[in-house]
Parts: sequence; C-alpha cells; structure tokens
Amino acid sequence: MEDLQKKKLMKTAANIRLGIIEAVYNAASGHPGGSLSIADIMAYLYFEEINIDPENPKAESRDRFVLSKGHTSPALYATLAERGYFPKEDLKTFRKLGSYLQGHPDMKGIPGVDMSSGSLGLGISAACGMALSAKINQKDYRVYTVLGDGESEEGQVWEAAMFAAHYKLDNLCAILDFNGLQIDGPIADVIGPAPFDKKFEAFGWNTVTIDAHNFDDIEKAFASAKACKGKPTVIIAKSIKGKGVSYMENKCEWHGAAPKKEQYEIAVKELTEAYNAI
Amino acid sequence: MFSEEKTATRDSYGKALVALAEKYNFVVLDADLAAATKTGVFKKAYPDRFFDCGIAEGNMMSIAAGIATTGQLVFASSFAMFAAGRAFEQVRNSIGYPHLNVKIGATHAGVTVGEDGATHQCNEDIALMRTIPGMTVINPADDVSAQAAVEAALKINGPVYLRFGRAPVPVLYDRKNYKFEIGKGYVLADGKDITIVATGITVFMSLQAREMLKADGIDAAVIDMPTIKPIDSKIITEYAKKTGKIITAEEHSIIGGLGSAVCEVVAENYPVPVKRVGVNDTFGTSGKAFEVAEQYGISANNIYEQAKILIKQNT
Repeated sequence: MEDLQKKKLMKTAANIRLGIIEAVYNAASGHPGGSLSIADIMAYLYFEEINIDPENPKAESRDRFVLSKGHTSPALYATLAERGYFPKEDLKTFRKLGSYLQGHPDMKGIPGVDMSSGSLGLGISAACGMALSAKINQKDYRVYTVLGDGESEEGQVWEAAMFAAHYKLDNLCAILDFNGLQIDGPIADVIGPAPFDKKFEAFGWNTVTIDAHNFDDIEKAFASAKACKGKPTVIIAKSIKGKGVSYMENKCEWHGAAPKKEQYEIAVKELTEAYNAI
Repeated sequence: MFSEEKTATRDSYGKALVALAEKYNFVVLDADLAAATKTGVFKKAYPDRFFDCGIAEGNMMSIAAGIATTGQLVFASSFAMFAAGRAFEQVRNSIGYPHLNVKIGATHAGVTVGEDGATHQCNEDIALMRTIPGMTVINPADDVSAQAAVEAALKINGPVYLRFGRAPVPVLYDRKNYKFEIGKGYVLADGKDITIVATGITVFMSLQAREMLKADGIDAAVIDMPTIKPIDSKIITEYAKKTGKIITAEEHSIIGGLGSAVCEVVAENYPVPVKRVGVNDTFGTSGKAFEVAEQYGISANNIYEQAKILIKQNT
C-alpha cells in the first residue's frame, strides 16, 4: 500500500477511535474495548473496500455490512459519521433516550445500518441471507460481516458457516475480531473457542489470518476474499482489545465500561497525539 | 353442516405456495422438514427457489431476515415447535425488531401432531408470537381459508406467523366466494344465547357443538377467528353485548392464546363471563391426533359441555 494512502487510513482510524471514545464517554455506557479493536478494519472497509454511497444509503446495488458483534456499535456509528452518513456531533447522543443511535445497531432508524444486530450469532446468518439473495437475483454486491471471537461460541455462527459454504457464498466475507478477550476473561479461559482457522477451514471456508492493525495485511486479506471463488472467506484479524488507548489495551474490564472524565481526557489526548504523529 | 372433504392445512400451505409462485416472486426456506411441512411440493415445482437450511431453525430465521432486507420475499418453514419455540429469539430480534417482511409457515401446531407426542406438540406458539410487536398471527380453520391466508400474508409488508396443522380437517368455506381479510373474525353462525369464538381446527368442532346446543334449545353463535393478532375486537365486543357469554376454543394452551386474547378484549371493552377451551397448562402425549385432542378437551363434546356450564353459572 502506498504510504500516503496508509497515512490517510491511519488518520481515519484515529478519528473513528476518537468517535468511539466520544460516544461511550457521553453515554457513560457502551463497549469501548471491542470497538477500538476493529477501528482499523472499519476504516479500511468504509473508505476503501465497500461499495457504498452515503447520499444514497439504501441503493439496491450497494455492498452490505452487518455488525454481527453488535455491541461494538460505537465503532460502526463512528465510522458511519466519519463517512458522512450523519453528523459526528450526534455520536454524543449515543444510548440516550430519544436518540436514533441505539445501544445496538438499529436498521430502522440509523442511516447506513443494513441490519439490526446485537444478539450474538444472529448477524452472520442475516449476512448469509443477504449474500444468498444476491446470488438468487444475480446481483454482484458483496456482503461483509464482523464477528467477535467470543461470539463464535454461539452455535448459530457455525450453523451459518455451514450454510455459507454449502451455498458457495463467495460474495460473503466475514471478519473475526480475534482480540482474545470476552466479558468473563480471556476466551481461552472462558470456553476456548480457538482455533478459528482450522474450524472455518473444516467448515469449507477460505481463511486468511492477519494483523488487524496493519493496513497492508488488511488490504491483502480483502483482495484474497474477492479473488476466492466458490467459497466464503473469513479474515481472522488478530487484534488488541482497546487498541489505541493505553490503559484499555488488553484489559477485559474495558469490554463494557465507559471512561470517567479523567480517563476520557487521557484517551482523547493519546488518540489526538497518535493522530498528529501520523 | 359442512362437506365431507377433509384437508390438513399443512397441505393447503404447500398447495398455496405452488399456486402463488407465478404471481409473487418469493423463495422458500425449510429446515429439513420439507416433506412434512409440504414445502417439498414447492421444492419439486420450483427447485431454484427452494433452499434447505438443514436442521438449524434459528439460523434459518436470521437468514430469512437477511434475505428480506434485500427486498426479496421469503417464507421460512418448520414445525411450530421449532419455528416459534426454538427460534423464538431469532424471530424476535432478526425479524420482529426490524419488522422485516418474512412469512413464517409453521406446521404441526398443537396436539393433533399426534403420535410424536409432547416434544413436538406446540401449544405455546400463538402466545409466543403474539407478544412480538408488529407480528401478525394467523391460524386458519380449513383448506380454503388457509390457502387464502397465504396470499393475504404475501400482500402485507411485515412479519406474519402462519399456523397450520397436520391433521385433516373438514372444508368449511365455499371456494368460490371466500375472501380472507387479516384481522377479521367470521361469523359462521349467528346466535343469541352464547358465542363460541374458535380458531384453527376447533372451528369445525364449534359448529358441531352448536348443533348439540341447539338440540338443548340453546342458540349459539360461532365465530371463526383466523387472525389472533391483530384480533377483531369489534366483533368480539359486539357478540359480548349480544350474547353476554363467550366460549373460546383453540388447539393451544389456554394461557396466552386465543382465549387470553378474547379475555383481554372483553375485559377492557365489555366484561362478560368467558370460558376457555384448550390445553389446560399441561404437556401433550402420544396417540392418534383426534384421540389426543379429545383427551385434552379439544372436542365438540367439551365445547358443548363448557358452554352448558357457563350458561348454568350465569343464568
């Protein structure tokens, strides 16, 4: 990837991270850890990969995106705001009574949200349905979905995996955010859902494992997904939960907690410095 | 009273899917029960529009939701137990919350599943489905209304739960002149002493019970209530006023189904005594369809007896 393009994406990701902190801090509620871990993926998806038009969010030919790990809605909302779907200022209304920015993604009220999600395991199935519909109707749009590593403990994820391979949904690309932590602790201690690559391979998927914070890796992975015919692709994105905010990194207590004022100020300072250093 | 012709409404479902396939561009999903739900009939006629999801009903419901987001019409089918029971949360969150245009074809509802027994006899689906905001719930009584209900469901934009049975039941309606309207109760027989509000297979039983009551000099009205939600509160209130007593009859638990829905209407609009005939807070059992139904009080005899008791208690 060209240096200029990479720097642009890094800045976009830094802005998304700032948006996440802004949303969660103002709500005094939400899920920053798993939002920060997917910020780079979201930046690449919405600024390089996905065929969308914020002016026409319901265009029939658009690519679709389903945030299967719906609790990381701050990442999706910050990305959509950054991409121009709605004002960034609205992120401050997240999770508040009367706001359209619901705790979990709501397709009825939020421009750019293609599927309501939040109950784990359901989003990837919906993405399968979208991908199947494209095949049925000979449309060439693609479908992307972001899964959590903890989410893969839901049996429905594997029902969907079986379905996608059986119907050869090569227009479907799942990204599994492998940050290694869930609410109750490290995923390996809670129930041990890994290895993801071998499991998805066994289910008939094309698998690519990458560093979730490396744009060269991300670019190659999505190219591999597009090039793969006859199979769905899963990008296993090894990430750092809480990435970008020092005290949140690799701490499972930041899965679903909002920063206090002082912590918020530190986060904003760190993310702004990171932005300025790009 | 009604013709000798009998059809299971699951067969009506399969026939309707085929009959409507040229008029409406829908696809059909099933979860390895196509032979039983009768979507297999559609599969045979339109193999390119049928997708088996395997034995994974929750996944199927969320897939149907995803398909619906793209504007593609879709049916998702399984037994009531698995469509409404196992997949409840997927129906609620994937289909109900975004109010997606998915038609759920649930067959093998109630105790007339028969031999398979309690695990497969779903007496709770109406209760579950009608609590989901925006869900339309339809339980047709015969072949004519069942086929018409499938088309009516296709005509509205939003989730619909269609409840069909396994056991053959008499054809009640005239094929030529029947028109199905969602949310409408059908007065099959007028009466002034008591009203029987029934849904699904209990409608023909209610007509039989009416004849038995007539022999005792009791003039009973019979209302077929195919749509449980939105319920026809106007006709219920009208007949509460007119007859002062209501029997409800359903092949479902008396908790949360038609009986509850009718009680909600009369309690808020025009309170009158109501007796509910249905499965009385218990699980089913194996046996021949109508033997099991009889044992659980889902029969013309029991509707008749309960009507007599209600009249006795309130005169």
